[in-house]
Amino acid sequence: MVYRFTLGHQNYLFDDLKTLMAKASPHRSGDVLAGIAAKNNVERIAAQYALSELPLKTFLKEAVVPYESDEVTRLIIDTHDAKSFERISHLTVGELRDFFLEDTTNGNTILELSRALTPEMVAAVSKLMRNQDLIVVSSKIELVTRFRNTLGLKGNVSIRLQPNHPTDDLKGILASTIDGLLYGCGDAVIGINPATDSPEVTINLLKMLEDLRLKFEIPTQSCVLCHVTTAMQIMKKAPVDLVFQSITGTEKANSSFGINLNLLSEAHQATLELDRGTIGNQCMYFETGQGSALSANAHHGVDQQTMEARAYAVARHYDPLLVNSVVGFIGPEYLYDGKQIIRAGLEDHFCAKVVGLPMGMDVCYTNHANADQDDMDNLLTLLGVAGCNFFMGVPGTDDIMLNYQSTSFHDALFIRKVLQKKPAPEFESWLLKMGIIDGDGVKLDVRGSHKLLTNL
Amino acid sequence: MSNKLEIPAKWQQLKSYTKARVALGNVGTSLPLNDVLALKHAHALAKDAILTQLDKEFLKIKAKEHGVLCSEFKSQVKDRLEYLKRPDLGRKLVNTSEVENIKKVDIVIVITDGLSATAVNSNAFSVLDAVLPDLKEKFSICIALVELGRVAIGDQVAEFYNADFVAVLIGERPGLSSPESMGIYVTYKPKIGFTDERRNCISNIHKDGLSSIQAATLLKYLIDRSFALKISGVELKIDLGAILGDE
Repeated sequence: MVYRFTLGHQNYLFDDLKTLMAKASPHRSGDVLAGIAAKNNVERIAAQYALSELPLKTFLKEAVVPYESDEVTRLIIDTHDAKSFERISHLTVGELRDFFLEDTTNGNTILELSRALTPEMVAAVSKLMRNQDLIVVSSKIELVTRFRNTLGLKGNVSIRLQPNHPTDDLKGILASTIDGLLYGCGDAVIGINPATDSPEVTINLLKMLEDLRLKFEIPTQSCVLCHVTTAMQIMKKAPVDLVFQSITGTEKANSSFGINLNLLSEAHQATLELDRGTIGNQCMYFETGQGSALSANAHHGVDQQTMEARAYAVARHYDPLLVNSVVGFIGPEYLYDGKQIIRAGLEDHFCAKVVGLPMGMDVCYTNHANADQDDMDNLLTLLGVAGCNFFMGVPGTDDIMLNYQSTSFHDALFIRKVLQKKPAPEFESWLLKMGIIDGDGVKLDVRGSHKLLTNL
Repeated sequence: MSNKLEIPAKWQQLKSYTKARVALGNVGTSLPLNDVLALKHAHALAKDAILTQLDKEFLKIKAKEHGVLCSEFKSQVKDRLEYLKRPDLGRKLVNTSEVENIKKVDIVIVITDGLSATAVNSNAFSVLDAVLPDLKEKFSICIALVELGRVAIGDQVAEFYNADFVAVLIGERPGLSSPESMGIYVTYKPKIGFTDERRNCISNIHKDGLSSIQAATLLKYLIDRSFALKISGVELKIDLGAILGDE
């Protein structure tokens, strides 16, 4: 269907829904690369006006990726909550934006509608929102998940301790892990990206983390972020808490990651059966990121932010403990500079929260992007205010295996202090018991005699 | 610039196990100033590494020493700025009609700058010196130098030579601690349009990461397994311990 809008004396035509959405997207290099971005600034605004007048019902009639050929579209349509949708079926995209922003609309109301909204509707709304709109709506939503601790409570912000090492050296990874624990990090997960996806390495890393966790009775979970098939292969002989997978928004792009929905269902079921959680059993961990579908040449002409939101429908299906976008990781061909990375980070967090995910963020950049640590300080602070569930903790921001900069253990101290947020409650008690923080949450000086530093 | 932080020796000992920036201490919630400046310095080095160029003369001399035919190619990218914004062009070769001596080979080794030419200038032949003598006994091999290339350009080069296997040696995105890190992506029976699940990757090859000897061992292993099982990628589970552990 063709969409039209007249702005000034100019008539604008948009061939179909995905074209309209792409042209309404805030400028970013990935959509330019895909050849689908607005031709100029005014066309972008015309598209935003047209999008704002679009009835939400349109999204149920016109799929941006065909239902017949894409299992992600089928998942979205087949699990759509038509009954709850009746409450909002009369709204346009612009009216949905206003509804979200109203002071009388709280987080629970939004979450009740999560399954009535398709990811495309949520992506469309986000395109009409300024950064502060994205922040204020996200901050209404509380999404709590549990495995061995309670993540996502409003007064808390958690950290994935990311102790990567370029050769997966056990002692090297253990050293970074202990360092991070001494700054109060690691409540979201202690999660290692292995340098090489090998069953044997994964087993050794998991055993090392398990020994550490049991020795010091740390109320957290561990994960080696290997491919889902590797995790399934080893889960009978290694202590697998969470199963990880990178996911994206189309069948074809997921296939380029070596996965499909059936495989994820199998993995989820097998991990549930391990039953290793103590206070909950949400056992999946997903990462996403704008540009991944385009990178796999599987974007179907859909803009990268809409595609990202579709990945959240995949994540939601497996009731995850943790989800994060790796927003600045994919590179400048998708998000060119600090401005684009910041905008995308806020969009991803907003869309994921509205879709119903316990969203965290890898606030990060690569050295070939036009960004620096100041941009990351900005995004970290903005997402902290928006109520982001967790961030990464990397020694001194420098991931020596993945070769990019994420947030540091110090950034964790910073965001908890300025926003007066605490770690997950069970983990906070452990930090107090271990003499890592005081009752006000202030990090204590590290003594040479600290238990974590003995017998390394 | 003062730095009066006292880091206990036991804590500092963590630094002996990893190059990661551990045991830094803190000023309030912030990093000590020395570390802030060290990070900025490393960032500046990494940004500059992106602008380096392939040392074609040196690489050609090394190929000649091994008696391996070496040809030059270019991607469709014009310059470094375009390289950053147009990965699609970095995956395609410009006109190859001028390349001479085209014969079918079993294996083509692609050396391309990627995001750090110095990474391949300094690491490519450290690895190849250790594998080429053996490989030449079993396989016909050629080398392709590609300016401003991405990983997937290896598939087009491989089709050009009708090769059964391609190994792409490429400068990885420069990290703060490793502006000269090389990766190797290998594919069995490569075809244009293949995506990442068809490739195996050996990453982090640099002086503080995976050594050239380790990388060479893995590369030989991957070549043997790929030709034996006629596959590459996710399907080919690598048992690293079995190879590196036995050394």
